[in-house]
Amino acid sequence: MSDNAVACHPATPPPKGADNPFVNGLWKQNPVFVQVLGMCPTLAVTNSVANAVAMGLCTTFVLASSNCLVSCVRKIVPKQVRIATFIAIAATMVTIVDYLMKAISISMSKALGPYIPLIVANCIVLERAESYAARRPVVKATLDGLGMGFGFTFALTCLGSIREVLGAGTFLGFSVFGPHFEPWVLFLLPPGGFISMAIWLLIFATWRERKAKKAVAAARAEEEKTQMAVLA
Amino acid sequence: MNDSLTHIFVDSLLINNFVLCVFLGMCSFLGLSQKFSTAWRMGVSVMFVIIVSGVLSFGAHALLAAFNVEYLRIIVYIIIIASTVQLTEMFIKKTSPALFRELGVYLPLITTNCAVLAVPLFQDSRRYNLLQSTVFAIAASAGYCLAICLLALIRERTDLSDIPSLAKGTALTLILAAILSMSFMGFAGMGSGG
Repeated sequence: MSDNAVACHPATPPPKGADNPFVNGLWKQNPVFVQVLGMCPTLAVTNSVANAVAMGLCTTFVLASSNCLVSCVRKIVPKQVRIATFIAIAATMVTIVDYLMKAISISMSKALGPYIPLIVANCIVLERAESYAARRPVVKATLDGLGMGFGFTFALTCLGSIREVLGAGTFLGFSVFGPHFEPWVLFLLPPGGFISMAIWLLIFATWRERKAKKAVAAARAEEEKTQMAVLA
Repeated sequence: MNDSLTHIFVDSLLINNFVLCVFLGMCSFLGLSQKFSTAWRMGVSVMFVIIVSGVLSFGAHALLAAFNVEYLRIIVYIIIIASTVQLTEMFIKKTSPALFRELGVYLPLITTNCAVLAVPLFQDSRRYNLLQSTVFAIAASAGYCLAICLLALIRERTDLSDIPSLAKGTALTLILAAILSMSFMGFAGMGSGG
């Protein structure tokens, strides 16, 4: 019993109220752009914005509900079988989503195909359960699941809009460039998925490098100022 | 729809390669392709797990269908996969401790490799029989092995070349994967003739 208690409550407790788990998942620790997790659905279903949003919302539901349940049972489950338990919980939630999707929209369920059941094997779900939900109270864990899920949806929508606008000349089915646009079909095909993901990563890398440079410049200016003050 | 064994084999190995055209098993494909030595070991262990769990899940699906409880399939498949991975781990640990130490961390990761779970799902939706399922599992997993080895070989070369610091890491790997995927699109013509 004491063994379990150790597993569930790490020696160093996380800092209380350090930051909001919701915002953390949405932006700072964005599962796709920062952690580069869950690449399979990210690249596979983002050939249109509608598919991307649907996939993102399904994953959000699974993440939030499995995080909530994992957090509820975290004190009962023995350490040795925790991974199996987490996977079984996630699989149950995914089955619910799979059948819900079929009930809501058959055509969307067909478009997403095997990628709905494959949410079970999405690394984000297991990673959040293991590293976050298994050692946090229920509300925090659920919020984290929601944040991660919406971050995932946001990233998918970013990718989907690049691919749909360039590859089909439409956004959510509405024409963007008018009838004379020659669609860049490559972006709808598999290589387009890799390329547009690379483009987004490069954009974020440029932005981060700029931010770092600015921070360095600001620090240097500050230093010079204090030196001047000392000399004066 | 042509579903002769040869067609299934060529289709899932090259034309619809699991990694480069259907986007399955991305995490390990991008994460473990730094060195050829780890890449091919990972490829072979994934192959083993896919083939064993593919055949087992075919049986499981027949059982589920007999009792009319097909809604349990996702849970059953993932349990089969998790136990196959566990068995593989124990088997390798017993027979070859040296190999176990080298693969160590990567072995449990196979459970969350979507390529493994996708094989039984595709078998269901395409209604393959036992022989077709086996051929499909072998070809799909060989396709995974092929793709991860190719990417690893390319990455070993780009490690030595001078690339802009921005593109280093995942972005470069994704661009390499895009080029590989484009070249695999050349195989698409092979399917239309049959």
